[in-house]
Amino acid sequence: MTKISKQDVSYVASLAQLSLDEAAQERLVREMGDILAYMDTLNILDTSGVEPMMHALEMTNILREDVPGAPLPREEALKNAPVDNGEHFIVPIILEGEDGS
Amino acid sequence: MTLDWHWKSAREIRDAVQSGAVSALDVTEAYLRRIDAVEDKVDAYTQRWNDTARSMATKVDEKVRRGETAGPLAGVPVALKELLCTRTGKTTCASKMLENFRSPYDATVVRRLEEADAVFLGKVNMDEFAMGSSTENSAIKPTRNPWNLRCVPGGSSGGSAAAVSAGECALSLGSDTGGSIRQPACLCGCVGIKPTYGRVSRYGLVAFASSLDQVGPLTRTVEDAALTLNVICGRDAMDATSADLPVPDFTAALTGDIRGLRIGLPKEYFTDALSDQMREKIEAAIEVFRDHGATIVDVSLPCSEYAIAVYYIICTAEASANLARFDGVRYGFRHPEAKTMQEMYVMSKSAAFGPEVRRRIMLGTYVLSSGYYDAYYLKAQKVRRLIKKDFDAAFEQCDVIAGPTSPTPSFEFGAKSDNPLEMYLSDIYTISVNLATLPGMSVPCGLTEAGLPVGLQLMARPFEEETLLRAAHFYEQNRGFDMGRPPVA
Repeated sequence: MTKISKQDVSYVASLAQLSLDEAAQERLVREMGDILAYMDTLNILDTSGVEPMMHALEMTNILREDVPGAPLPREEALKNAPVDNGEHFIVPIILEGEDGS
Repeated sequence: MTLDWHWKSAREIRDAVQSGAVSALDVTEAYLRRIDAVEDKVDAYTQRWNDTARSMATKVDEKVRRGETAGPLAGVPVALKELLCTRTGKTTCASKMLENFRSPYDATVVRRLEEADAVFLGKVNMDEFAMGSSTENSAIKPTRNPWNLRCVPGGSSGGSAAAVSAGECALSLGSDTGGSIRQPACLCGCVGIKPTYGRVSRYGLVAFASSLDQVGPLTRTVEDAALTLNVICGRDAMDATSADLPVPDFTAALTGDIRGLRIGLPKEYFTDALSDQMREKIEAAIEVFRDHGATIVDVSLPCSEYAIAVYYIICTAEASANLARFDGVRYGFRHPEAKTMQEMYVMSKSAAFGPEVRRRIMLGTYVLSSGYYDAYYLKAQKVRRLIKKDFDAAFEQCDVIAGPTSPTPSFEFGAKSDNPLEMYLSDIYTISVNLATLPGMSVPCGLTEAGLPVGLQLMARPFEEETLLRAAHFYEQNRGFDMGRPPVA
Protein backbone atom coordinates (compact mmCIF):
# COMPACT_ATOMS: atom_id res chain seq x y z
CA MET A 1 0.00 0.00 0.00
CA THR A 2 2.52 2.58 1.13
CA LYS A 3 5.24 3.27 -1.36
CA ILE A 4 8.03 5.51 -0.29
CA SER A 5 9.70 7.83 -2.80
CA LYS A 6 13.17 9.30 -2.86
CA GLN A 7 11.55 12.59 -2.01
CA ASP A 8 9.96 11.04 1.10
CA VAL A 9 13.30 9.60 2.18
CA SER A 10 14.96 12.95 1.77
CA TYR A 11 12.19 14.68 3.76
CA VAL A 12 12.37 12.14 6.61
CA ALA A 13 16.17 12.45 6.65
CA SER A 14 15.81 16.21 7.15
CA LEU A 15 13.41 15.60 10.07
CA ALA A 16 15.89 13.13 11.57
CA GLN A 17 18.82 15.53 11.03
CA LEU A 18 20.64 13.03 8.84
CA SER A 19 22.41 13.72 5.60
CA LEU A 20 22.44 10.77 3.23
CA ASP A 21 24.38 10.39 0.02
CA GLU A 22 22.73 9.34 -3.22
CA ALA A 23 23.48 5.63 -2.78
CA ALA A 24 22.24 5.55 0.83
CA GLN A 25 19.00 7.27 -0.21
CA GLU A 26 18.35 4.80 -3.00
CA ARG A 27 19.01 1.90 -0.68
CA LEU A 28 16.61 3.30 1.89
CA VAL A 29 13.88 3.80 -0.71
CA ARG A 30 14.04 0.06 -1.37
CA GLU A 31 14.56 -1.12 2.22
CA MET A 32 12.03 1.19 3.87
CA GLY A 33 9.56 0.37 1.11
CA ASP A 34 9.89 -3.36 1.88
CA ILE A 35 9.69 -2.89 5.63
CA LEU A 36 6.74 -0.49 5.50
CA ALA A 37 4.90 -2.82 3.13
CA TYR A 38 5.43 -5.58 5.68
CA MET A 39 4.12 -3.29 8.44
CA ASP A 40 0.99 -2.62 6.39
CA THR A 41 -0.14 -6.18 7.22
CA LEU A 42 -1.43 -4.63 10.47
CA ASN A 43 -4.24 -3.03 8.46
CA ILE A 44 -5.90 -6.44 8.19
CA LEU A 45 -6.71 -6.26 11.91
CA ASP A 46 -9.80 -4.45 13.10
CA THR A 47 -8.64 -2.38 16.08
CA SER A 48 -11.67 -0.15 16.46
CA GLY A 49 -12.42 0.24 20.15
CA VAL A 50 -9.01 -1.07 21.22
CA GLU A 51 -7.28 1.13 23.77
CA PRO A 52 -3.70 1.81 22.58
CA MET A 53 -1.04 0.41 24.91
CA MET A 54 0.81 3.65 25.51
CA HIS A 55 2.84 2.50 28.51
CA ALA A 56 4.62 -0.72 29.35
CA LEU A 57 3.35 -0.58 32.92
CA GLU A 58 -0.13 0.65 33.66
CA MET A 59 0.87 2.76 36.60
CA THR A 60 -0.09 6.19 37.80
CA ASN A 61 2.26 8.99 38.76
CA ILE A 62 5.06 8.04 41.11
CA LEU A 63 5.61 10.84 43.61
CA ARG A 64 8.52 11.34 45.95
CA GLU A 65 9.79 13.93 48.36
CA ASP A 66 11.79 16.64 46.61
CA VAL A 67 15.05 16.19 48.48
CA PRO A 68 18.15 17.90 47.10
CA GLY A 69 21.02 15.51 46.38
CA ALA A 70 24.63 15.99 45.41
CA PRO A 71 24.87 17.24 41.81
CA LEU A 72 27.43 15.94 39.34
CA PRO A 73 30.62 17.99 39.90
CA ARG A 74 31.21 20.44 37.06
CA GLU A 75 34.44 18.82 35.89
CA GLU A 76 32.68 15.45 35.74
CA ALA A 77 29.82 16.94 33.74
CA LEU A 78 32.24 18.54 31.32
CA LYS A 79 34.71 15.67 30.96
CA ASN A 80 32.99 14.24 27.88
CA ALA A 81 32.32 17.59 26.22
CA PRO A 82 33.67 17.76 22.66
CA VAL A 83 34.50 21.42 23.36
CA ASP A 84 34.32 23.30 26.67
CA ASN A 85 35.97 26.24 28.41
CA GLY A 86 36.17 24.74 31.89
CA GLU A 87 32.81 26.22 32.87
CA HIS A 88 30.49 25.75 29.89
CA PHE A 89 29.83 23.53 26.90
CA ILE A 90 30.95 25.43 23.83
CA VAL A 91 28.86 25.14 20.66
CA PRO A 92 29.19 26.65 17.18
CA ILE A 93 27.42 29.92 16.37
CA ILE A 94 23.64 29.73 16.43
CA LEU A 95 22.75 33.10 14.90
CA GLU A 96 24.50 34.91 12.08
CA GLY A 97 26.77 37.70 13.31
CA GLU A 98 27.33 36.21 16.77
CA ASP A 99 31.00 35.77 16.04
CA GLY A 100 31.25 39.40 14.91
CA SER A 101 31.01 38.59 11.19
CA MET B 1 42.79 -27.76 40.57
CA THR B 2 42.85 -24.10 39.55
CA LEU B 3 43.06 -25.20 35.94
CA ASP B 4 39.33 -25.52 35.35
CA TRP B 5 37.93 -22.58 37.29
CA HIS B 6 36.84 -21.04 34.02
CA TRP B 7 34.26 -23.80 33.57
CA LYS B 8 32.89 -23.66 37.11
CA SER B 9 29.51 -22.14 37.76
CA ALA B 10 29.14 -18.81 39.53
CA ARG B 11 27.62 -20.70 42.45
CA GLU B 12 30.65 -22.99 42.79
CA ILE B 13 33.03 -20.05 42.57
CA ARG B 14 31.05 -18.01 45.09
CA ASP B 15 30.91 -20.89 47.59
CA ALA B 16 34.62 -21.63 47.24
CA VAL B 17 35.60 -17.97 47.62
CA GLN B 18 33.30 -17.36 50.59
CA SER B 19 34.64 -20.41 52.40
CA GLY B 20 38.25 -19.54 51.64
CA ALA B 21 38.80 -22.73 49.61
CA VAL B 22 40.14 -20.61 46.75
CA SER B 23 41.10 -16.95 46.51
CA ALA B 24 39.12 -14.63 44.27
CA LEU B 25 42.44 -13.57 42.81
CA ASP B 26 43.31 -17.14 41.74
CA VAL B 27 39.91 -17.50 40.09
CA THR B 28 40.37 -14.15 38.35
CA GLU B 29 43.83 -15.14 37.12
CA ALA B 30 42.39 -18.40 35.74
CA TYR B 31 39.83 -16.42 33.74
CA LEU B 32 42.43 -13.93 32.51
CA ARG B 33 44.50 -16.87 31.21
CA ARG B 34 41.43 -18.37 29.59
CA ILE B 35 40.67 -15.09 27.83
CA ASP B 36 44.29 -14.90 26.64
CA ALA B 37 43.97 -18.42 25.24
CA VAL B 38 40.75 -18.08 23.22
CA GLU B 39 40.00 -14.40 22.71
CA ASP B 40 41.81 -14.11 19.37
CA LYS B 41 39.33 -16.67 18.03
CA VAL B 42 36.14 -15.45 19.76
CA ASP B 43 36.67 -11.68 19.99
CA ALA B 44 33.99 -11.20 22.64
CA TYR B 45 35.74 -8.48 24.64
CA THR B 46 35.86 -4.85 23.60
CA GLN B 47 37.66 -3.76 26.79
CA ARG B 48 39.74 -5.84 29.15
CA TRP B 49 40.04 -4.55 32.70
CA ASN B 50 42.80 -6.80 34.05
CA ASP B 51 43.97 -4.35 36.72
CA THR B 52 40.42 -3.54 37.84
CA ALA B 53 39.64 -7.26 38.02
CA ARG B 54 42.71 -8.02 40.14
CA SER B 55 42.03 -5.15 42.50
CA MET B 56 38.32 -6.09 42.90
CA ALA B 57 39.34 -9.71 43.55
CA THR B 58 41.95 -8.64 46.11
CA LYS B 59 39.33 -6.61 48.00
CA VAL B 60 37.07 -9.67 48.16
CA ASP B 61 39.96 -11.80 49.43
CA GLU B 62 40.73 -9.23 52.14
CA LYS B 63 37.10 -9.35 53.24
CA VAL B 64 37.26 -13.13 53.53
CA ARG B 65 40.56 -12.94 55.39
CA ARG B 66 39.07 -10.48 57.89
CA GLY B 67 36.34 -13.03 58.57
CA GLU B 68 33.55 -10.95 57.00
CA THR B 69 30.88 -12.64 54.90
CA ALA B 70 31.68 -11.92 51.28
CA GLY B 71 28.74 -11.02 49.02
CA PRO B 72 26.42 -13.35 47.10
CA LEU B 73 28.60 -13.14 43.98
CA ALA B 74 31.92 -13.15 45.82
CA GLY B 75 34.79 -13.42 43.38
CA VAL B 76 32.56 -14.28 40.41
CA PRO B 77 34.16 -12.99 37.18
CA VAL B 78 31.64 -10.98 35.16
CA ALA B 79 31.59 -9.36 31.69
CA LEU B 80 29.40 -6.30 31.06
CA LYS B 81 27.66 -5.35 27.82
CA GLU B 82 29.05 -2.20 26.21
CA LEU B 83 25.81 -0.25 26.81
CA LEU B 84 25.92 -0.41 30.61
CA CYS B 85 27.33 2.78 32.08
CA THR B 86 30.50 2.22 34.08
CA ARG B 87 32.85 4.72 35.72
CA THR B 88 35.63 2.30 34.80
CA GLY B 89 36.68 2.33 31.16
CA LYS B 90 34.40 3.49 28.39
CA THR B 91 30.73 3.01 27.54
CA THR B 92 30.73 2.92 23.75
CA CYS B 93 27.50 1.08 22.80
CA ALA B 94 29.77 -0.35 20.07
CA SER B 95 29.26 2.93 18.20
CA LYS B 96 31.58 5.52 16.75
CA MET B 97 29.19 8.03 18.37
CA LEU B 98 30.37 7.06 21.87
CA GLU B 99 33.84 5.70 21.12
CA ASN B 100 35.41 7.95 23.76
CA PHE B 101 32.51 8.24 26.20
CA ARG B 102 33.39 7.81 29.87
CA SER B 103 30.33 7.62 32.07
CA PRO B 104 30.45 9.76 35.22
CA TYR B 105 28.36 7.14 37.06
CA ASP B 106 27.72 3.39 37.27
CA ALA B 107 24.47 1.83 36.11
CA THR B 108 22.43 0.58 39.08
CA VAL B 109 22.92 -3.06 37.98
CA VAL B 110 26.68 -2.52 37.83
CA ARG B 111 26.71 -0.96 41.31
CA ARG B 112 24.66 -3.84 42.68
CA LEU B 113 27.02 -6.44 41.19
CA GLU B 114 29.98 -4.62 42.71
CA GLU B 115 28.25 -4.49 46.10
CA ALA B 116 27.71 -8.25 45.79
CA ASP B 117 31.51 -8.65 45.46
CA ALA B 118 31.55 -9.67 41.79
CA VAL B 119 34.75 -9.07 39.79
CA PHE B 120 34.57 -7.19 36.48
CA LEU B 121 36.74 -8.61 33.69
CA GLY B 122 35.76 -5.95 31.17
CA LYS B 123 33.13 -5.10 28.61
CA VAL B 124 31.83 -7.16 25.73
CA ASN B 125 30.69 -6.59 22.18
CA MET B 126 27.17 -5.95 20.84
CA ASP B 127 25.31 -4.65 17.83
CA GLU B 128 25.60 -0.85 17.72
CA PHE B 129 23.10 0.61 20.22
CA ALA B 130 21.69 -2.95 20.60
CA MET B 131 20.18 -2.85 17.10
CA GLY B 132 20.71 -6.21 15.48
CA SER B 133 20.49 -9.97 15.88
CA SER B 134 24.04 -11.05 14.97
CA THR B 135 26.51 -8.54 16.50
CA GLU B 136 27.59 -7.83 12.90
CA ASN B 137 26.42 -4.24 13.43
CA SER B 138 29.15 -3.53 15.97
CA ALA B 139 31.30 -0.60 14.89
CA ILE B 140 34.20 -2.20 16.79
CA LYS B 141 34.56 -5.73 15.37
CA PRO B 142 32.67 -8.95 14.74
CA THR B 143 32.38 -11.54 17.53
CA ARG B 144 32.43 -15.23 16.59
CA ASN B 145 30.29 -18.08 17.89
CA PRO B 146 32.45 -20.41 20.06
CA TRP B 147 30.56 -23.42 18.67
CA ASN B 148 31.53 -22.55 15.09
CA LEU B 149 33.81 -19.64 14.37
CA ARG B 150 32.30 -19.11 10.89
CA CYS B 151 28.94 -18.39 12.53
CA VAL B 152 27.53 -15.37 14.34
CA PRO B 153 26.95 -15.40 18.12
CA GLY B 154 23.50 -13.84 17.70
CA GLY B 155 22.69 -10.41 19.01
CA SER B 156 22.51 -7.88 20.18
CA SER B 157 24.20 -9.26 23.35
CA GLY B 158 26.50 -11.42 21.19
CA GLY B 159 29.67 -10.63 23.13
CA SER B 160 27.94 -11.50 26.42
CA ALA B 161 26.75 -14.87 25.10
CA ALA B 162 30.04 -15.78 23.40
CA ALA B 163 32.08 -14.90 26.50
CA VAL B 164 29.90 -17.07 28.79
CA SER B 165 29.86 -19.94 26.33
CA ALA B 166 33.64 -19.91 25.73
CA GLY B 167 34.47 -19.84 29.46
CA GLU B 168 35.75 -16.25 29.24
CA CYS B 169 33.59 -15.16 32.17
CA ALA B 170 31.37 -16.95 34.69
CA LEU B 171 28.37 -14.82 33.80
CA SER B 172 27.58 -11.65 31.93
CA LEU B 173 24.95 -8.97 31.82
CA GLY B 174 23.13 -8.23 28.60
CA SER B 175 20.03 -6.28 27.67
CA ASP B 176 16.93 -7.45 25.85
CA THR B 177 14.63 -5.17 23.84
CA GLY B 178 13.25 -7.77 21.40
CA GLY B 179 15.28 -10.89 22.18
CA SER B 180 18.79 -9.52 22.61
CA ILE B 181 19.54 -11.71 25.64
CA ARG B 182 17.54 -14.84 24.72
CA GLN B 183 18.49 -15.18 21.04
CA PRO B 184 22.29 -14.99 21.52
CA ALA B 185 21.97 -17.25 24.60
CA CYS B 186 20.15 -19.73 22.34
CA LEU B 187 22.70 -19.48 19.51
CA CYS B 188 25.69 -19.84 21.89
CA GLY B 189 24.23 -22.58 24.09
CA CYS B 190 23.84 -20.68 27.34
CA VAL B 191 21.04 -19.63 29.68
CA GLY B 192 19.58 -16.15 29.23
CA ILE B 193 16.70 -14.46 31.01
CA LYS B 194 14.84 -11.26 30.25
CA PRO B 195 13.08 -10.29 33.46
CA THR B 196 9.62 -8.69 33.55
CA TYR B 197 9.62 -5.07 32.44
CA GLY B 198 10.19 -3.09 35.66
CA ARG B 199 11.89 -5.93 37.55
CA VAL B 200 15.39 -4.51 37.02
CA SER B 201 16.42 -0.86 37.09
CA ARG B 202 17.26 0.65 33.71
CA TYR B 203 19.25 3.50 35.27
CA GLY B 204 22.55 3.61 33.41
CA LEU B 205 21.40 1.32 30.61
CA VAL B 206 21.80 3.43 27.47
CA ALA B 207 18.26 3.60 26.11
CA PHE B 208 17.22 1.99 22.82
CA ALA B 209 13.43 1.52 23.18
CA SER B 210 12.41 2.59 26.68
CA SER B 211 9.10 0.70 26.89
CA LEU B 212 10.81 -2.59 25.94
CA ASP B 213 14.39 -2.51 27.29
CA GLN B 214 15.35 -4.69 30.23
CA VAL B 215 18.69 -5.86 31.70
CA GLY B 216 19.28 -9.52 32.48
CA PRO B 217 21.95 -12.18 32.99
CA LEU B 218 23.51 -14.73 30.62
CA THR B 219 24.89 -17.71 32.50
CA ARG B 220 25.93 -21.35 32.10
CA THR B 221 23.36 -22.66 34.60
CA VAL B 222 19.82 -21.75 35.60
CA GLU B 223 20.90 -21.50 39.24
CA ASP B 224 23.46 -18.85 38.29
CA ALA B 225 20.71 -16.86 36.57
CA ALA B 226 18.65 -17.02 39.79
CA LEU B 227 21.67 -15.93 41.86
CA THR B 228 22.24 -12.94 39.57
CA LEU B 229 18.58 -11.92 39.64
CA ASN B 230 18.74 -11.92 43.45
CA VAL B 231 21.37 -9.21 43.15
CA ILE B 232 20.12 -7.03 40.28
CA CYS B 233 16.32 -6.99 40.77
CA GLY B 234 14.35 -4.51 42.80
CA ARG B 235 13.08 -0.99 43.11
CA ASP B 236 15.51 1.80 42.32
CA ALA B 237 14.74 5.43 43.09
CA MET B 238 16.69 6.35 39.94
CA ASP B 239 14.23 4.52 37.64
CA ALA B 240 10.58 5.45 38.16
CA THR B 241 9.49 2.45 36.05
CA SER B 242 11.24 -0.03 38.35
CA ALA B 243 8.60 -2.00 40.22
CA ASP B 244 8.13 -1.51 43.95
CA LEU B 245 7.68 -5.21 44.65
CA PRO B 246 9.50 -7.47 47.07
CA VAL B 247 12.36 -9.45 45.49
CA PRO B 248 12.15 -13.12 46.50
CA ASP B 249 15.13 -15.42 46.88
CA PHE B 250 14.92 -16.78 43.34
CA THR B 251 17.11 -19.77 44.17
CA ALA B 252 14.36 -21.00 46.53
CA ALA B 253 12.18 -21.55 43.44
CA LEU B 254 14.55 -24.23 42.13
CA THR B 255 12.73 -27.10 43.79
CA GLY B 256 12.94 -29.64 40.98
CA ASP B 257 9.21 -30.25 41.38
CA ILE B 258 7.03 -29.47 38.39
CA ARG B 259 4.08 -31.72 39.18
CA GLY B 260 0.89 -29.97 38.24
CA LEU B 261 2.67 -27.29 36.22
CA ARG B 262 0.66 -26.46 33.12
CA ILE B 263 2.78 -25.83 30.03
CA GLY B 264 1.14 -24.15 27.07
CA LEU B 265 2.28 -24.74 23.49
CA PRO B 266 1.17 -21.91 21.19
CA LYS B 267 0.25 -23.42 17.85
CA GLU B 268 1.50 -20.27 16.12
CA TYR B 269 5.07 -21.08 17.26
CA PHE B 270 5.16 -24.50 15.60
CA THR B 271 4.49 -23.59 11.98
CA ASP B 272 6.69 -24.08 8.90
CA ALA B 273 8.73 -21.04 9.91
CA LEU B 274 10.41 -23.31 12.48
CA SER B 275 13.20 -25.39 10.99
CA ASP B 276 12.86 -29.16 11.39
CA GLN B 277 16.06 -29.52 13.37
CA MET B 278 14.84 -26.94 15.89
CA ARG B 279 11.35 -28.44 16.09
CA GLU B 280 12.70 -31.90 16.89
CA LYS B 281 14.74 -30.62 19.85
CA ILE B 282 11.93 -28.44 21.20
CA GLU B 283 9.44 -31.30 21.03
CA ALA B 284 11.89 -33.60 22.81
CA ALA B 285 12.25 -30.98 25.55
CA ILE B 286 8.48 -30.78 25.98
CA GLU B 287 8.41 -34.57 26.41
CA VAL B 288 10.75 -34.26 29.40
CA PHE B 289 8.17 -32.06 31.10
CA ARG B 290 5.31 -34.37 30.15
CA ASP B 291 7.16 -37.45 31.45
CA HIS B 292 7.61 -35.85 34.85
CA GLY B 293 4.07 -34.83 35.62
CA ALA B 294 3.56 -31.52 33.86
CA THR B 295 0.32 -31.00 31.97
CA ILE B 296 0.81 -29.97 28.36
CA VAL B 297 -1.97 -27.84 26.91
CA ASP B 298 -2.47 -26.33 23.47
CA VAL B 299 -2.89 -22.57 23.53
CA SER B 300 -3.26 -19.92 20.87
CA LEU B 301 -1.67 -16.51 20.47
CA PRO B 302 -3.61 -15.37 17.39
CA CYS B 303 -1.82 -12.03 16.98
CA SER B 304 1.67 -13.58 16.88
CA GLU B 305 2.02 -13.02 13.16
CA TYR B 306 1.69 -9.26 13.68
CA ALA B 307 4.29 -9.01 16.42
CA ILE B 308 7.26 -8.20 14.18
CA ALA B 309 5.42 -5.39 12.44
CA VAL B 310 4.28 -3.95 15.78
CA TYR B 311 7.73 -4.31 17.28
CA TYR B 312 9.62 -2.61 14.46
CA ILE B 313 7.20 0.33 14.53
CA ILE B 314 7.38 0.83 18.31
CA CYS B 315 11.08 0.16 18.77
CA THR B 316 12.14 2.38 15.87
CA ALA B 317 9.82 5.18 17.03
CA GLU B 318 11.25 5.05 20.53
CA ALA B 319 14.80 4.73 19.18
CA SER B 320 14.41 7.78 16.96
CA ALA B 321 13.36 9.81 20.02
CA ASN B 322 16.04 8.36 22.33
CA LEU B 323 18.89 8.75 19.86
CA ALA B 324 18.02 12.39 19.17
CA ARG B 325 20.00 13.17 22.34
CA PHE B 326 23.28 12.50 20.52
CA ASP B 327 23.61 16.06 19.33
CA GLY B 328 27.36 16.53 19.76
CA VAL B 329 26.97 19.12 22.54
CA ARG B 330 27.61 17.50 25.93
CA TYR B 331 29.14 14.16 24.97
CA GLY B 332 29.58 11.92 21.97
CA PHE B 333 31.03 12.59 18.57
CA ARG B 334 31.11 16.11 17.16
CA HIS B 335 32.10 16.51 13.54
CA PRO B 336 35.26 18.66 13.46
CA GLU B 337 34.21 20.48 10.28
CA ALA B 338 30.78 21.63 11.48
CA LYS B 339 30.59 25.43 11.36
CA THR B 340 27.05 26.03 12.65
CA MET B 341 24.72 24.36 15.15
CA GLN B 342 22.64 22.80 12.40
CA GLU B 343 25.75 21.44 10.68
CA MET B 344 26.97 20.09 14.02
CA TYR B 345 23.77 18.05 14.48
CA VAL B 346 23.55 16.75 10.94
CA MET B 347 27.23 16.10 10.25
CA SER B 348 27.88 14.48 13.64
CA LYS B 349 24.94 12.08 13.47
CA SER B 350 25.48 11.23 9.83
CA ALA B 351 29.16 10.43 10.33
CA ALA B 352 28.91 8.56 13.65
CA PHE B 353 25.81 6.34 13.35
CA GLY B 354 26.19 3.10 11.38
CA PRO B 355 23.80 1.96 8.62
CA GLU B 356 21.39 -0.05 10.82
CA VAL B 357 21.10 2.72 13.40
CA ARG B 358 20.43 5.26 10.63
CA ARG B 359 17.85 2.93 9.08
CA ARG B 360 15.98 2.60 12.39
CA ILE B 361 16.09 6.34 13.08
CA MET B 362 14.65 6.88 9.59
CA LEU B 363 11.88 4.31 10.08
CA GLY B 364 11.06 5.66 13.54
CA THR B 365 10.96 9.23 12.31
CA TYR B 366 8.70 8.18 9.44
CA VAL B 367 6.15 6.29 11.59
CA LEU B 368 5.95 9.22 14.01
CA SER B 369 5.73 11.89 11.32
CA SER B 370 2.64 13.93 10.68
CA GLY B 371 0.21 12.03 8.46
CA TYR B 372 1.61 8.59 9.33
CA TYR B 373 1.38 8.61 13.12
CA ASP B 374 -2.15 7.15 13.26
CA ALA B 375 -1.56 4.62 10.50
CA TYR B 376 1.63 3.20 12.01
CA TYR B 377 2.46 4.24 15.57
CA LEU B 378 -1.05 4.42 17.00
CA LYS B 379 -2.08 1.28 15.11
CA ALA B 380 0.95 -0.56 16.52
CA GLN B 381 0.09 0.50 20.08
CA LYS B 382 -3.40 -0.92 19.60
CA VAL B 383 -2.12 -4.22 18.26
CA ARG B 384 0.39 -4.31 21.10
CA ARG B 385 -2.63 -4.30 23.43
CA LEU B 386 -4.15 -7.23 21.49
CA ILE B 387 -0.88 -9.16 21.78
CA LYS B 388 -0.86 -8.61 25.54
CA LYS B 389 -4.50 -9.77 25.74
CA ASP B 390 -3.58 -12.94 23.83
CA PHE B 391 -1.04 -13.75 26.54
CA ASP B 392 -3.47 -12.89 29.36
CA ALA B 393 -5.96 -15.36 27.87
CA ALA B 394 -3.32 -18.06 27.32
CA PHE B 395 -2.09 -17.72 30.90
CA GLU B 396 -5.57 -18.58 32.15
CA GLN B 397 -4.98 -22.05 30.70
CA CYS B 398 -1.33 -22.53 31.59
CA ASP B 399 1.45 -21.33 33.91
CA VAL B 400 4.35 -21.37 31.46
CA ILE B 401 4.39 -21.02 27.67
CA ALA B 402 7.07 -23.04 25.89
CA GLY B 403 8.44 -22.85 22.37
CA PRO B 404 11.59 -22.18 20.38
CA THR B 405 13.78 -19.16 21.09
CA SER B 406 14.92 -18.77 17.48
CA PRO B 407 13.54 -20.13 14.20
CA THR B 408 17.00 -21.33 13.14
CA PRO B 409 20.34 -22.12 14.77
CA SER B 410 23.27 -19.76 14.27
CA PHE B 411 24.09 -18.72 10.71
CA GLU B 412 27.23 -17.72 8.85
CA PHE B 413 28.53 -14.15 8.73
CA GLY B 414 26.88 -12.17 5.96
CA ALA B 415 23.99 -14.62 5.54
CA LYS B 416 21.35 -12.04 6.51
CA SER B 417 23.23 -8.77 6.75
CA ASP B 418 22.21 -7.56 3.28
CA ASN B 419 18.51 -7.99 3.98
CA PRO B 420 17.30 -6.06 7.03
CA LEU B 421 13.77 -7.49 6.88
CA GLU B 422 15.08 -11.05 6.90
CA MET B 423 17.29 -10.22 9.89
CA TYR B 424 14.23 -8.74 11.67
CA LEU B 425 12.33 -12.01 11.13
CA SER B 426 14.90 -13.88 13.24
CA ASP B 427 13.28 -12.20 16.28
CA ILE B 428 9.89 -13.76 15.55
CA TYR B 429 9.59 -15.82 18.75
CA THR B 430 11.18 -13.42 21.19
CA ILE B 431 9.67 -9.98 20.58
CA SER B 432 6.13 -10.73 21.84
CA VAL B 433 7.55 -11.22 25.33
CA ASN B 434 8.89 -7.65 25.30
CA LEU B 435 5.70 -6.22 23.80
CA ALA B 436 3.63 -7.95 26.50
CA THR B 437 6.22 -7.00 29.22
CA LEU B 438 6.58 -10.65 30.32
CA PRO B 439 9.60 -12.49 31.71
CA GLY B 440 11.17 -14.84 29.15
CA MET B 441 14.07 -17.24 29.19
CA SER B 442 16.16 -19.40 26.87
CA VAL B 443 17.59 -22.71 28.10
CA PRO B 444 19.88 -24.93 25.99
CA CYS B 445 18.06 -28.03 24.74
CA GLY B 446 20.55 -29.76 22.45
CA LEU B 447 22.77 -29.47 19.41
CA THR B 448 21.91 -29.77 15.75
CA GLU B 449 23.70 -32.35 13.59
CA ALA B 450 26.10 -29.59 12.62
CA GLY B 451 26.89 -29.07 16.30
CA LEU B 452 25.07 -25.77 16.79
CA PRO B 453 23.09 -25.10 19.99
CA VAL B 454 19.28 -25.03 20.13
CA GLY B 455 17.36 -23.15 22.83
CA LEU B 456 14.01 -23.76 24.47
CA GLN B 457 12.14 -20.57 25.27
CA LEU B 458 9.94 -20.33 28.36
CA MET B 459 7.63 -17.44 29.22
CA ALA B 460 5.57 -16.67 32.31
CA ARG B 461 3.12 -14.11 33.70
CA PRO B 462 4.52 -10.72 34.70
CA PHE B 463 6.69 -10.92 37.85
CA GLU B 464 6.54 -14.72 37.90
CA GLU B 465 10.25 -15.25 37.25
CA GLU B 466 10.13 -17.91 39.97
CA THR B 467 7.82 -20.12 37.90
CA LEU B 468 10.07 -19.62 34.89
CA LEU B 469 13.22 -20.50 36.82
CA ARG B 470 11.60 -23.53 38.43
CA ALA B 471 10.59 -24.93 35.03
CA ALA B 472 13.95 -24.10 33.43
CA HIS B 473 15.93 -25.59 36.31
CA PHE B 474 13.83 -28.75 36.29
CA TYR B 475 14.45 -29.16 32.57
CA GLU B 476 18.17 -28.51 32.86
CA GLN B 477 18.49 -31.16 35.60
CA ASN B 478 16.36 -33.74 33.78
CA ARG B 479 17.06 -33.26 30.08
CA GLY B 480 19.22 -36.39 30.14
CA PHE B 481 22.29 -35.09 28.35
CA ASP B 482 25.10 -32.66 28.89
CA MET B 483 25.44 -29.75 26.47
CA GLY B 484 29.19 -30.25 26.52
CA ARG B 485 31.55 -27.41 25.72
CA PRO B 486 32.12 -25.52 22.51
CA PRO B 487 35.04 -26.78 20.42
CA VAL B 488 36.97 -23.52 20.74
CA ALA B 489 40.31 -24.52 22.27
